[in-house]
Amino acid sequence: MIAQSRKTLRARGRSGQLGAMTPSAAGHTSADPVLEQAANWLGEGRRVALATVTRTWGSAPRRAGSHMAVAEGGDFTGSVSGGCVESAVIHAAMEVMESGDPQRLKFGVTNEMAWEVGLACGGEVEIYVEAVR
Amino acid sequence: MRRALLDTLLEAQRSGRSVVLATRLSDGAQELVEIGPAGAREPRTIAGVSADQVYAALRAEEAQVAETADGPVLLRPYTVPRRLLVVGAVHIAQVLARTSPEVGLPATIIDPREGFATRERFPGAELVRAWPDQALERIGLDARSALVVLAHDPKIDDPALSAALESDAFYIGALGGRRTRRQRRERLLEAGFAPEAVARIHSPVGLSIGARTPAEIAFSILAQIIDVIRNPGASPLAR
Repeated sequence: MIAQSRKTLRARGRSGQLGAMTPSAAGHTSADPVLEQAANWLGEGRRVALATVTRTWGSAPRRAGSHMAVAEGGDFTGSVSGGCVESAVIHAAMEVMESGDPQRLKFGVTNEMAWEVGLACGGEVEIYVEAVR
Repeated sequence: MRRALLDTLLEAQRSGRSVVLATRLSDGAQELVEIGPAGAREPRTIAGVSADQVYAALRAEEAQVAETADGPVLLRPYTVPRRLLVVGAVHIAQVLARTSPEVGLPATIIDPREGFATRERFPGAELVRAWPDQALERIGLDARSALVVLAHDPKIDDPALSAALESDAFYIGALGGRRTRRQRRERLLEAGFAPEAVARIHSPVGLSIGARTPAEIAFSILAQIIDVIRNPGASPLAR
């Protein structure tokens, strides 16, 4: 997974096709904007994967339960970290869309990729990535 | 996640129902647990998770992992968003309306007076130009609502406070100096509210940080609401 992450970072740098973040202007009974976007993408006939923070240790930037939705083509919305591991998660999301099998990812300062996809804040984060279909 | 489950989840959120999504991380098995008036139940299709664990995730408003014989199960609550209702479209309310959405409390500004709750003064906020009792009845004060009264006028503030005390609002705050507070308390007691009920009102409003300007008072109010949310019954600030 770590080697894949390195590859993904380069790939993202080239395409730069990253979707805009959805503003969190939620009304009292509105749905999670990330899940709304996932449903919209599905409605357009695009494949979608959903990443969810399952556990964090230390000073991780996003709480457990935070979502990021990724569409076929690389558009994404929401976040699972302060931006440090999103590229790797997008790569995993692409694999999950293809295979249909969920993946569990873990990132932290202890892995060898710390300077590239680790968490600069010193925290650790575990992420579950699943296809929506 | 099945498309149908996503649709059910979105529909629950749009209609203001709290739900908890249980996901077994080893194989992706999922079940949406609806939370009824009687509380949570245990998932029917995912073994090893108790109703208490489901409810704990909902109460904490944070995803939690339950360990089962079949591996970890993620319990992800989806709660109805909180909101802030502000009675009195005054200067403090303008700062609140701009900043409260940043902490998950989109604001609704209520004021019956001509020229107060205007779009120019409150770009982006929901505005209701009506008497607070009528407005609050229509909006429906619930356990996800915080209410702050700032009008400095008993004709406007009192009906709002009465409505709030009859509701499950998780926070009630009222601006006012010592004399205003004493007189307001007497009026509410006379209106038949018990002393414990009246004690629900945070007044003086906001954390005691020596706030003077409208903006400083607005931030002290938001900080107090965050304290109530994050430290229910056990504030480190020793309320």
